[in-house]
Amino acid sequence: MSTSAFGADTPSSSFSVELPQYSGPLDLLLTLIREEQVDIYDIPIARIAQQFVERIRTLELNEAAEYLEMAARLLRIKAQLLLPAGEQELWEDPRAELVRRLLEYQQMREVVDLLERRGEERRSHFGRAYLPAQPAPLQAPLALSLVELLSAVDRVLRAVSRPDMHDVVPRAIDVPGAIELIRTVLMLRARVLLSEIIADAREPWQVLSALLGLLELAKLGELRLAQPRPFANVEISPAAPPDASARDAASEAA
Amino acid sequence: MTPLAKLLEAALFASARPIATEELAALDPDASPAALAAAIDEIREHYDVEGHGVELQEIAGGWQILTRAEYTEAIERAQLAARPQRLSAAALETLAIIAYRQPTSRAEIEEIRGVAIGGVLKSLHERGLIDVVGRGEGLGRPLMYGTTPVFLEHFGLRHLEELPRADELAIALRAPVTASAAAPHE
Repeated sequence: MSTSAFGADTPSSSFSVELPQYSGPLDLLLTLIREEQVDIYDIPIARIAQQFVERIRTLELNEAAEYLEMAARLLRIKAQLLLPAGEQELWEDPRAELVRRLLEYQQMREVVDLLERRGEERRSHFGRAYLPAQPAPLQAPLALSLVELLSAVDRVLRAVSRPDMHDVVPRAIDVPGAIELIRTVLMLRARVLLSEIIADAREPWQVLSALLGLLELAKLGELRLAQPRPFANVEISPAAPPDASARDAASEAA
Repeated sequence: MTPLAKLLEAALFASARPIATEELAALDPDASPAALAAAIDEIREHYDVEGHGVELQEIAGGWQILTRAEYTEAIERAQLAARPQRLSAAALETLAIIAYRQPTSRAEIEEIRGVAIGGVLKSLHERGLIDVVGRGEGLGRPLMYGTTPVFLEHFGLRHLEELPRADELAIALRAPVTASAAAPHE
């Protein structure tokens, strides 16, 4: 769910603008205010607006919509300030909203400075083998030769009688039947091997049904499948009691 | 060192990530919380007092053995380990906003930063620093983002409360608006 949600975030590359100095129009504005040493609560809009426009021109940022929008906003505030104030009590400083955003942005930058300091401090220590977050690895590296792979396939095929190569008759895979069989076996025994389940199977589709049945039951949480190493016999046991399995899941997740 | 301290030290050494106190407790079900805390103190003092190349740090609600800062350059020069990449300014700004205002929406982050944030959320999510924590109430039910334990690890923070409270900062942020009020973005 989250991946598709994030997928929409990808920007079209033609609009990504390299901003070596400023991380946005608010950053540029704050820089100008600092450089000019003016009071943030009493910004000389005309002067700052002019400098802002000059700066984005020299930086060739005129493609960045956000900078243009800010330039327009500054010019509008400048125009509003030129209008007669009218009744004093009802007059609102047109700069107020801008000042609020600048203060908010500046505070966020304060947090950024802090995170930068803490991040730098953490970077100066190494933990044991830095591992980026990744999915759990396989139980053992799957290092197999072609011969081993083929012999594994052969073992499975030998578990059933030779399939008739000529007879192409579509057979429905009987997963519900296999599930019923496995459930019955597990009611009687606490631990069964895959080879025992498929011992009576005459044809590949029966093996396949048993396999799909096992996977389905494992998905439903009715049983646990364990394989000590790749291509070893699969051990089947009924699922542990709910509290125990929850604990297992928790420790695996950790 | 006590046997419990040795057991914890071995587990901490084996792990590449901070181990939470509860996880350490699972190593010896008989150990009381007090004994556990004493053992952790013992390891830390052992490293600090006797002088070791590593130290025990409390990070992201857990404990981790880390090399001391003074050896970082030598280790990196010998190419035995590499520091993780620094985050970009855009990524840091976005993280700062999420850390303080979580759960928060993309629209709110963009409003405070004054720019469209493009692929930043995606790359922060890929690095495991943020996650989708739910959906807002507003128009289109926007995705709401929050920080993860990896965020704390990346910045060596014990917990989120270690960040200064909003009222301790030089300038106070406005109070977080509810998601529904934030939705009709100006």
